[in-house]
Amino acid sequence: MAKKGWDEFEIGAMLRTFDGKIDDIAATRQEDRAYSQNSSYTASVADWRLIKPIFNKDYCIDCQFCWVYCPDVSIISRDKKLIGVDMDHCKGCGICVEVCPTNPKSLLMFPEQADEETEIASWPKKDEEEA
Amino acid sequence: MSEMKKIKNLKEFSTSADRFEGANLLCPGCAHSIIVREVLNATNDDLILSASTGCLEVCTAVYPYTSWDASWIHIGFENSSTAVAGAESMYKALKKKGRLKQPDRNPKFVSFAGDGASYDIGFQWISGCMERGHNIMHIVLDNEVYANTGGQRSSSTPIGSSATTSPAGRVSYGEKRNKKDIVSIMAAHNIPYVAQVAPNKWKDMVKKIQHGFAVEGPVFINAVSPCTTEWKFDPKDTMNIADLATDSLVFPLYEIIDGHELNITYRPKNIVPVEEYLAAQGRFKHLFKDEYKYLIKEWQERVDEKWAYLQRREEARV
Repeated sequence: MAKKGWDEFEIGAMLRTFDGKIDDIAATRQEDRAYSQNSSYTASVADWRLIKPIFNKDYCIDCQFCWVYCPDVSIISRDKKLIGVDMDHCKGCGICVEVCPTNPKSLLMFPEQADEETEIASWPKKDEEEA
Repeated sequence: MSEMKKIKNLKEFSTSADRFEGANLLCPGCAHSIIVREVLNATNDDLILSASTGCLEVCTAVYPYTSWDASWIHIGFENSSTAVAGAESMYKALKKKGRLKQPDRNPKFVSFAGDGASYDIGFQWISGCMERGHNIMHIVLDNEVYANTGGQRSSSTPIGSSATTSPAGRVSYGEKRNKKDIVSIMAAHNIPYVAQVAPNKWKDMVKKIQHGFAVEGPVFINAVSPCTTEWKFDPKDTMNIADLATDSLVFPLYEIIDGHELNITYRPKNIVPVEEYLAAQGRFKHLFKDEYKYLIKEWQERVDEKWAYLQRREEARV
C-alpha cells in the first residue's frame, strides 16, 4: 500500500474512510465495506501485544460480554455467535478474559508465541471451588 | 422521527455493525472506546460526530488514518459541542428550505469530549449550546484527569488523587479540591435530559443514549471512563474498576429529565465500601498511610451524603 505524502493530501486534511459509496453503513458488516487506505481498519496494532487471547469455542455460551467490552473492536460476532478474535486490532489488554463468565473461561491469555491448537488441547478443566 | 433501534439483550446488541474501528492508538484497556462503541451502536441512524482535543481525538485521527466510519470533525480543545451545534443548525436550515438531498434520514448529532474539555476548557461553549437548545448530545468521557498531556489535574479530579500538577508526597496528599458536580450544573440549564452513565452497565447506557436521541433538544451525558494509565491499574481491570465505581456509589447512575425529574437508574445490591474502590487504584495509594486515613473516612461520608441526597430528590420529584 503506497501511502500518500504530506502535500498530496486533500486540503483541510479530509480523510475518506471508504472507497466508493456505502449507502447504509449501520447495515453493512465490516467484511462488506470497501475501506480506503485511510481507515485505521487497514492498519494493525498487533505488535503492541505481549500476551494474546485464545478463544476456545467449546465452552463459549455466546453471552457477548467480551464483544461489548472489547475496546478495540477485536471480538468478532456474527449472527449472535462469537466466531473469533481479530488479531490485527487486538492490543492484548485482557478485558475479554476478565469479563468471561464461563467456568472454565472460554477466552484465556497466553504469551504471544503460544500455539493455538496446543493450548486449546491442554485447556484448564472446570474449577470446582469457584463454581 | 426514525424508528428506534430495538436492543432487548446483549445478543441482539452484538449484531450491530461497528462504526468505530480498531487499530486506533488508545491505550490497551482504555474505556473511551468501549463508551464510544456503546453509544454509536445504540442507533442505526446516520451520525455526525465531533471530538474535542483529548485522548479520543489524538488517538483516533492519527495521520493518515481515521478510526471513524461516520462524519467526524475536530476543531479545537473547547468547541466539539459548538462544532456539531453548527452542523445541526445548518441541517435545520437546509431542511426548512427543502434543500436536503435525503430528507428522510435523521442524522444524530453527537459531540465527544474529555473531562478537561468539558469541565474546564469547553465549559462556556457547552453551556451556550445547552442554553440555545440545539438538538445535540454532548458526551463527557470523564477520566478525572488530563490524560492526553501527561496527567495534569482537571476540575474533575477528586480529592486525594495524585496528579502531575498536584502530586502526593511528603507535604501533600495530592488534589485538594473536590470534583465539580457537572451533572447538576447542566441540569440547572433545564435541558430535556441529563444523565450519568458507566460503560460496565451497557444496558443502562444504551437506554439512556436512546432516550437522549429520542428527545428534542440538548442532551448531556457524563460517562465515567477508568483510565488505566493515570488511575494506575492493570489494563485487564478496566471493567472491574468501573464496577467498583458504580457499586461503591462514587459514580451513582441517574438521570434528570427536564431539570427536575430525577431517577436513580441503578441501585447496587451490595454497596461496596469506597475504600475498596480507592485501594484498587495506584493514584490513591498514599491515602492508605496512617496520616491520610481520615481522608478515606471523609470520602465515604461524602459519598453517603450524595447518595442520600439523590434518593431524597428522587422521592420529592424536585
